Amino acid sequence: MFARLVYESFRRQTRRKLLAAIAITLGVGVATAMLAVATGIGDKISRELRTYGANILITPQDDTLDLQIGGVDLKPPSDGAYLNESDLPKIKGMFWRNNIVGFSPMLPVNVNAGSQQITLLGTYFAKSLTFGKEQFTTGVTKTHPWWKVQGAWPNDDSNDVLLGEKLATSLYKHPGQQIEINGTSRSISGVLSTGGAEDNQIVAPLHIAQAITGKPGAVRRIYVSAVTKPEDAFARRDPRSLNPADYDRWYCSPYAASIAFQLQEAIPHSHAEQIRQVAQNEGVVLSRIEGLMLLITLAALFASALAVSAAMAAAILERRVEVGLMKALGARKASVAALFFAESALLAVIGGLLGFAGGALLAHQIGQSIFASQITIQPVLLPIILGIAVLVTFAGSAVAIRRAVNLDPALTLRGEA
Amino acid sequence: MSVAMRRANAPHTSMFLRMLVRAANLRRGRVITALIAIMVAAAVATAMLNLYVDVQAKLRKEFRNYGANIVVAGKDGQALPADALATVRSILGARGLAVPFAYVIAQDKNGRSVVVAGTDFTQVAALDRWWSVTSWPQQPNDALLGTRALSAITPESQPFDLIFHDRTIHVNPAGILHTGATEDSRIYISLSDFTNWTGVAPIVIEVAASGNSNEISSVMRELTKALPDAEVRPIRQVMEGEANVLGKTRSTLYVASALIILTASLCVLATLIGWVFDRRADFAVMKALGASEPTIAAFFATEVAILGAVGAILGFAVGIAVASWIGRVNFHAPVTPRFVIFPAVFAGSIAVALIAAVVPITLLRRVQPAIILRGE
Repeated sequence: MFARLVYESFRRQTRRKLLAAIAITLGVGVATAMLAVATGIGDKISRELRTYGANILITPQDDTLDLQIGGVDLKPPSDGAYLNESDLPKIKGMFWRNNIVGFSPMLPVNVNAGSQQITLLGTYFAKSLTFGKEQFTTGVTKTHPWWKVQGAWPNDDSNDVLLGEKLATSLYKHPGQQIEINGTSRSISGVLSTGGAEDNQIVAPLHIAQAITGKPGAVRRIYVSAVTKPEDAFARRDPRSLNPADYDRWYCSPYAASIAFQLQEAIPHSHAEQIRQVAQNEGVVLSRIEGLMLLITLAALFASALAVSAAMAAAILERRVEVGLMKALGARKASVAALFFAESALLAVIGGLLGFAGGALLAHQIGQSIFASQITIQPVLLPIILGIAVLVTFAGSAVAIRRAVNLDPALTLRGEA
Repeated sequence: MSVAMRRANAPHTSMFLRMLVRAANLRRGRVITALIAIMVAAAVATAMLNLYVDVQAKLRKEFRNYGANIVVAGKDGQALPADALATVRSILGARGLAVPFAYVIAQDKNGRSVVVAGTDFTQVAALDRWWSVTSWPQQPNDALLGTRALSAITPESQPFDLIFHDRTIHVNPAGILHTGATEDSRIYISLSDFTNWTGVAPIVIEVAASGNSNEISSVMRELTKALPDAEVRPIRQVMEGEANVLGKTRSTLYVASALIILTASLCVLATLIGWVFDRRADFAVMKALGASEPTIAAFFATEVAILGAVGAILGFAVGIAVASWIGRVNFHAPVTPRFVIFPAVFAGSIAVALIAAVVPITLLRRVQPAIILRGE
């Protein structure tokens, strides 16, 4: 009998049910989409922040002091220590390898070109490397995304070079022409603009710089761009002072400091450190945006809950006559309330499922159009969202149901209440 | 004067007014429910719009923690003109910070080379906030040592000599600097000590200009014009990163605001439709007593419009409070109230309220008053 009442109510009052169902669907949809965006935004913004370039710098462990002014390296090549190029692919073998967006080795040398002393910077552009079975590309195109080339990037195995923008202007050189470097003629594949010291330098594939220094396999420093988690109090603790359980937790969190620590383990005789300008500020910006999205998600949940409650209240109060009739026929308050709650629950589940699907689609759209990448919804969210939907629907209906069952049947049937 | 006479002489509109007031007074409970719905919706809309407008400025301030976004340097490695710093500061005014840097390569007494920089410590502390410094130098001849410079030159933090072109300066290590980049290999001393010792003028002024990209480019244009001998260039890394993240955040916030305002309007719509439907008996009585349909429609429309207006005003106040609370919690600075959004919220509330009234009224118009009054 109870089931039939619910069934008939849905069959005969499709229009009224439809309004409430639309409200629930929309509310749940917005809540789902916002939850998905809020949980995914940290990762998305973190990847956007990689525009700032490398956040970890690896240098040789026993290096002498850097002599760098305004991005120009003044250290003689005979001075200081070097890292070994053949250790580089090991970066992709470490625990947080999937968080490494890219890395670029750097080897600056002084050369004679066009009758003047110029710095030539050897690096990877988009070098293809293999570690185990995994193949990946890395280089300045990944770690220094603000570098722009007019012409073409040189191939990493070629003998072509890039000329800094200002150097090209002062030497009257264009892409496609030749330049004499230490007596050897190289072709210029493009003109590089960075807004920094490289505008006055020659940037070449790493092997050219190594050949000029006479140190095959040598690298001065490595810039690593990694997706990290904002630093908190725990991240700043010294790993040596942690107990084993805390140490594991620290080691397995993608903090800039713990990734740097693992890089240092991966590359022999190295010293890896977070570049504080990038790493520290990234954390601040990230936590601000995450906090903002969290508060906005709360606002969205609140607005959805209100919309659902309002729709349910309106739908129930419309049915006062029905309640009066049921009560006049001898139904107890409890059974009338049970009927309404059952209907609400059914509506909440249907609306919740539809809303979840719609919200997932919406989140996907937001991810595609704003971040050009996927925002995935955890399936774990479904039962949680459904639970919240049922709860909110109940809460929204409760007041209206209470008022409806407390009305005098005689008055409602005469249309006076 | 009798009541009847007073009423007869009163202007015709007063009946309309009295009906409005009475209707609100008699069903106080439902009026308050509807008003709360509108108020909450208006508050949420106000808070979202206010945040949307203000969040950019807030985030830009956070991005200034990345330090300088413009570099002023001498052309082709030349020193800057002596008055360059004063010129830059007068152009900037309160729009940003300008910090001079001078560099030389000096030797310690063992002949080890080290980069020594002269700068303005109070300004650097404000510009490069990521510098982790144990204590900033206060006295003359105090130096700030990068961690690597410290361990290479004076591991026990003893005072030491620096030699540049046969001129010697005796400095005390006052603090340790850690940045994770090239600064760790340098020694920083105050600019006055530096010029007294070396006679070398600053070669770079790092500028952190605040504001949006248009304001920053106008600062750059002014600097280029005022300093024809210097080269003014943006730090692309910082500018592009900022534009990128701000743009994405703005779009996300835009979508979120639209969705939230939509749901809030839906809530108002549902409540008001229920409210007007509830009053179908009033509608029928009026119609039975001979009121014309436009009069009845005007009556209901005025009623919901007033609700919308009152709700919008209350909601605006609450929304401003919520926005400033979010500002304090998340950005540690209050969000400035933007009164320009008030007309939008006000008009929006009334529009939603009127839409909510139109649906039930058009439905009721088709029904005979007798049927409604019989309770069917």
